[in-house]
Amino acid sequence: MKTLAIDQFVTHRGTTRRDFITAGGALVVSFSLPGCAVNAVTAGAPLPAAGAPWPAVIDRAAIDSWIRIAADGSVTAAVGKIEAGMGIGTAFAQVVAEELDVPLERVTLVMGDTATTPDQRGTGGSNGIMEGGSALRKAAAEGRAALLALAAAKLHAPVEALRTREGFVFVAAEPARRVAYGDLLGGQRFDVKVGDHPKTKDARTYTVVGKPVPRFDIPPKVTGAYTYVTDLRVPGMLHGRVIRPPEAGAHLLRVDGSPTIAGLVRVVRKGDFLGVVCEREEQAIAAASKLVVEWSRPAAFFWRDYDELYRHLRAEKPKASKRGDEKGDVEAALRMATRVLEARYEYPFQSHASMGPACAIADVRDGGAVVWFGGPKPYPLRKALADLLALPAEKVRVIWMPGPGSYGMNDADDCAADAALLASAVGRPVRLQYMRAEGTGWDPKGPPIAFNLRAGINSSGGVFAWDYEARGFSGRVRNNGTDVAGDTLAGQLVGGHKPKSTDWPQFSAESYRFPNARKVSHTIDWNRSMTTGLRTAHLRDPDGMATCFASESFIDEAAFATGVDPVEFRLRYLADAADIAVVRAAAQKAGWQTRVGPRPRDGGRMAVGRGIAYAPRNGSVVAIVAEVEVDRDTGRYRVRRFTCAHDCGFVVNPLSLKGTIEANLIQGMSRAMHEAVRFDRSRVLSVDWLTYPIVDMTEVPDAIDIVLVNNRPEARSRGAGEPSTRPVAAAIANALFDATGARLRRVPLTPEALLAAMKA
Amino acid sequence: MITIQVNGRRESVRADPDTPLLYVLRNDLGLTGPKFGCGLAQCGACTVHLDGKAIRSCLTPVTTAQGAKVTTLEGLASANGALHAVQQAFIDEQAAQCGYCINGWLMTAAALLESNPAATDEEIRRGLSGLKCRCGTHMSILRAVKLAATRLAAGSKA
Repeated sequence: MKTLAIDQFVTHRGTTRRDFITAGGALVVSFSLPGCAVNAVTAGAPLPAAGAPWPAVIDRAAIDSWIRIAADGSVTAAVGKIEAGMGIGTAFAQVVAEELDVPLERVTLVMGDTATTPDQRGTGGSNGIMEGGSALRKAAAEGRAALLALAAAKLHAPVEALRTREGFVFVAAEPARRVAYGDLLGGQRFDVKVGDHPKTKDARTYTVVGKPVPRFDIPPKVTGAYTYVTDLRVPGMLHGRVIRPPEAGAHLLRVDGSPTIAGLVRVVRKGDFLGVVCEREEQAIAAASKLVVEWSRPAAFFWRDYDELYRHLRAEKPKASKRGDEKGDVEAALRMATRVLEARYEYPFQSHASMGPACAIADVRDGGAVVWFGGPKPYPLRKALADLLALPAEKVRVIWMPGPGSYGMNDADDCAADAALLASAVGRPVRLQYMRAEGTGWDPKGPPIAFNLRAGINSSGGVFAWDYEARGFSGRVRNNGTDVAGDTLAGQLVGGHKPKSTDWPQFSAESYRFPNARKVSHTIDWNRSMTTGLRTAHLRDPDGMATCFASESFIDEAAFATGVDPVEFRLRYLADAADIAVVRAAAQKAGWQTRVGPRPRDGGRMAVGRGIAYAPRNGSVVAIVAEVEVDRDTGRYRVRRFTCAHDCGFVVNPLSLKGTIEANLIQGMSRAMHEAVRFDRSRVLSVDWLTYPIVDMTEVPDAIDIVLVNNRPEARSRGAGEPSTRPVAAAIANALFDATGARLRRVPLTPEALLAAMKA
Repeated sequence: MITIQVNGRRESVRADPDTPLLYVLRNDLGLTGPKFGCGLAQCGACTVHLDGKAIRSCLTPVTTAQGAKVTTLEGLASANGALHAVQQAFIDEQAAQCGYCINGWLMTAAALLESNPAATDEEIRRGLSGLKCRCGTHMSILRAVKLAATRLAAGSKA
């Protein structure tokens, strides 16, 4: 059996194993992977590309791919997900500790290394707990069963007479007769397959899962010991920077071939891709700005402003149209209606604007590549990089390290591809961190959508027709992550690579039951954007904030039009019991005051209002009440309080969940109040925090109240990474209407727009 | 050679005098607590203390730090390893998501509470308003800074 010693991986505690060893040898693990070449890695050294090939596939059916127990009893769990800053690493450790019966502090997680952890595509779609947690639970349960079988032989007792606790198997009737897990396995592999239906614990007996365990990653984060991808340094490493086309669609005509710039190692040009590699980081930054480059001046194809963009979305012939839920005959019902309500809603391009621009380190030589990056989906990226570098996938290893928060498909994958091109050109490891302008100006954007909504009201005052039409640029969903070079900016700029990302319809998801209903989603072609800063991809809860903003705002309009309180209206028309439960819970917790139409004016300058919105998302469901205070003279306003009723089933770690929900609400608030990517006819103008403002500390609410609904062991755990973002914009817009009687139908919900609407 | 004093140690580095302090700290001295966020002094991720004052190291030339005492996140805890009240409060309030910005909040809050130990909610909010957090961790950060303020006040009375 060949052994792979892993020295350079990131654990959920945020340190590399090297740190653990130097910190006193607390953890000594040696993975031995099936069918793997000898590949001992020197601590801190770049992984020699000559060490490739790495296994094409980590066998997901083997316990050993998920769980390792060292001779000292410490447990290492591997998972094909990553820690995005919500505490999922701690949750995974809880799952393993629970199911394996080991002390929580003995569990270390390894995540997102394509050479050593099972391919679960990575994190996305709020599926970390559902997929990663579930796989670990099964593997740990199978592991525990295997340990019991080994112990039966060693302790000369039948399995039925044995119990497990704290890393020991013992005889139930004689607890002193016991054996440690580490002694049972002696550091060896389980060599057992994970069955289809391993016997997992009854969730009602859990003692670790479901408990508010403090996150392991936070202490190193507050001391500076947490190792982000930006902090990794490898010997012989150079620094790169890229130079992007100044205008959308510009081609590279000429580069000064031999510039004299301090520290310059190489100018790297491939098609329209241009970068510099220097000895020192500040030299690379200077070189990128000093380089004399000539670009073509293409015809402008963006828009003058958002008015023109939304007109374009409404007028353009769709490249694809999809119909969603359809019931009855909407057109006939609208003709028969005593009153037809119509409204247009609009949602802009938004940026991930991650806290740090993306960073990656690549070492491409001797026919292999190792790339460290900070994005959520290392496994597909391995294929994309193999495609870009024309290498077999087995010769490419992608290692996730924590990066600045990503919220979907930010600039991390692009940066990995760019770093790989630079490293491949110089034959030495290259660290590339984008500048702010590339982070905000060139990350893939959440797409803009224009909505046309109609509701038909019948003679008895009920809503009996509902017509939803979305016309948006596709979010260019990378269903499997970035798995071809054509979906990276590098692949597009180099040329000759086709994207695989696809269109995704933009439907709202609420369960209202109207007798006649129709949903149509039109995708407007935006293929020309692929080499520009207005290229689209998924941004947290892809399209969810937009579709819910339109739909849930319009529900409020329908409630007002039919003379019904907004909560009462929702309860009257909602079909799904879980949806009804969160709407009720949020209203109750917020002390909802029943009222038809806006709150009566009291004559003062400050107006207060409350609004509700709710959204289901892939099995989870959230309702939010926002309470706002508006200055009638200026239109400036503040959200004073959010109340959030949240149903994601059984909660693995309520403490982490609270942080996740709060952060989602604040990020959602930022997007609702402030965020729209600015552009002119040929350029993205949002390039930093002044031109892409986000929320600041003076604006955040006084309190956020959270009610967990359906948090019981019997309820399947669902995703929580994104759902609470979804209803935020609608809840705020509905609260502003309650406070002022003015309806805002375009995000961002700016003071200027509110003032204008109040005066209208 | 440029000599600066960082976290109580004298360090000599070979760098262009215009080099921002941030790159010297991170790349030459291996102090990666301060982060590169924008390079424009707009976000605060690179914050360090210069003679106890919170400054943005991404736009501060390394030569500015000559003759001054630089403290980075790595030097915020006491020499005996006891965490600064702000650090402990951030742990207690679980005040981080991705954590990339957290250096800026910790260093700015520590300097703020040093100069104004009895800071009110409004003063804390205003004092931290120049910092960015993209994940939206503001609620727990605000709780943490207030907790630290309360503890520091209690400690100074004791």
